Amino acid sequence: MSETKPEFVEAVDIEITVNGKSYQRSVEPRMLLVEFLREELRLTGTHIGCDTSYCGACTIRLDGDAVKSCTLFAVQADGAKVATVEGLATEAGLHPLQKAFSEHHGLQCGYCTPGMLMSASALLDEIPNPSDKDIKKRIAGNVCRCTGYQNIIKSVHAAANELREA
Amino acid sequence: MMYPAPFRYHRPENLNAALQLLQRLGEDAKPLAGGQTLIPMLKMRVGDVTDLVDIGRLPDLDEIQLGESEARIGALATHARIAASSVAQRLPSVRDCAGGIADAQVRARGTIGGSISTGDPSTDWAPMLHTMAAIVEIQGPGGKREVAIDDFITDAYTTVLQTGELVTGVRIPLPPARSGGAYIGYKRSAPAYPTAAVGIQLTLDENDVCIAARCVLSAVASRPVTSAAADAALVGTRLTEEDLRAAGELIIADTNPPADVRGSADYKRSVLRGLFLQVGAKALQRAKGENIEGEHNYV
Repeated sequence: MSETKPEFVEAVDIEITVNGKSYQRSVEPRMLLVEFLREELRLTGTHIGCDTSYCGACTIRLDGDAVKSCTLFAVQADGAKVATVEGLATEAGLHPLQKAFSEHHGLQCGYCTPGMLMSASALLDEIPNPSDKDIKKRIAGNVCRCTGYQNIIKSVHAAANELREA
Repeated sequence: MMYPAPFRYHRPENLNAALQLLQRLGEDAKPLAGGQTLIPMLKMRVGDVTDLVDIGRLPDLDEIQLGESEARIGALATHARIAASSVAQRLPSVRDCAGGIADAQVRARGTIGGSISTGDPSTDWAPMLHTMAAIVEIQGPGGKREVAIDDFITDAYTTVLQTGELVTGVRIPLPPARSGGAYIGYKRSAPAYPTAAVGIQLTLDENDVCIAARCVLSAVASRPVTSAAADAALVGTRLTEEDLRAAGELIIADTNPPADVRGSADYKRSVLRGLFLQVGAKALQRAKGENIEGEHNYV
């Protein structure tokens, strides 16, 4: 026998650490992580582009991995550490990736940029000296309709150089 | 935003609890692993899902082991972890497949168990595993059973899994010496499903004559396309371009890919012919001991 289709579901208590700060909330199980970040926490730097797991504008880091927050329920991130674009800059200023994107024109309209930055930050943590191919492969799930990608690749190289020298 | 319809959420502590829960809740309860196929479907409101049983954190189901005679990959191993594993080092077509699925973000979440359990005709693991004659391990309330990968998917989005059963892992028999394989798809972009994909696994004798072959076409029918005639046509040859083209025709000519946004039937058959030669050449180089990279083609 199958269960009946629920019209209303009780909220579930979750605790998620976002950019180093712990948040406890009660959420509907169907709430996607991107909505949790934008609507519950008002962290609107994470963008919703295609909403179908294609464009990568919603990319965040979940326990270190770059993942698409439109294809993850907030309840699945219960207990996890999430990093969003808001967590990149420090009191000392912009993150080297953010500076490099600015200096090398790695963005035009900027819509894809938060996702690009989070994918690039995961890449540089893993491969401090990436090749063009490493960068292309890692941002292949992030769609940019302005730049033609060349300046994004330059920006990631520039940030990698600065981070290695730091 | 696209929202799934409301569902009840369960997160059992261990495999037995998950199996009991799935059986009790019935066929409209679905297991949730990485969610990379299921969540987009729920957002499109495909199916009447009442309950999700989150198996994503179940212990001990993500192990990857390379043994003497076989490799075993736990159902919850992600594509990214498999691509970086000792099994991928040993079996290049596993590396092609794991590293070619979608994009880095999806590979970080999606699992091999989820990929084959959905029975999605456009996914890569089931066809790739055909070339290796892999075994699917299944556990249910009644105990464990094993099914050959070729018998596992019966139709589009349809598998032999009964309500309350889960895939717990896949086992890949290690091929003999002088074997090599490749699995390559053509995609319009990384996150897109392949327009078409081809996998070929070969074994050579000491004179470089093919003594065993297993081919597969993917994303062009409701389930992976196999052909005993094409496999047999490769055996006894030296796998020249002409040999590959002749064998490819035996499996490609009768395939009638659905015309869709990714191309017409004729276009997809052309893609398959090109891929078959490319994949066959890579498999041959690898069988001869060359360590060459291969991955899905996308612009």
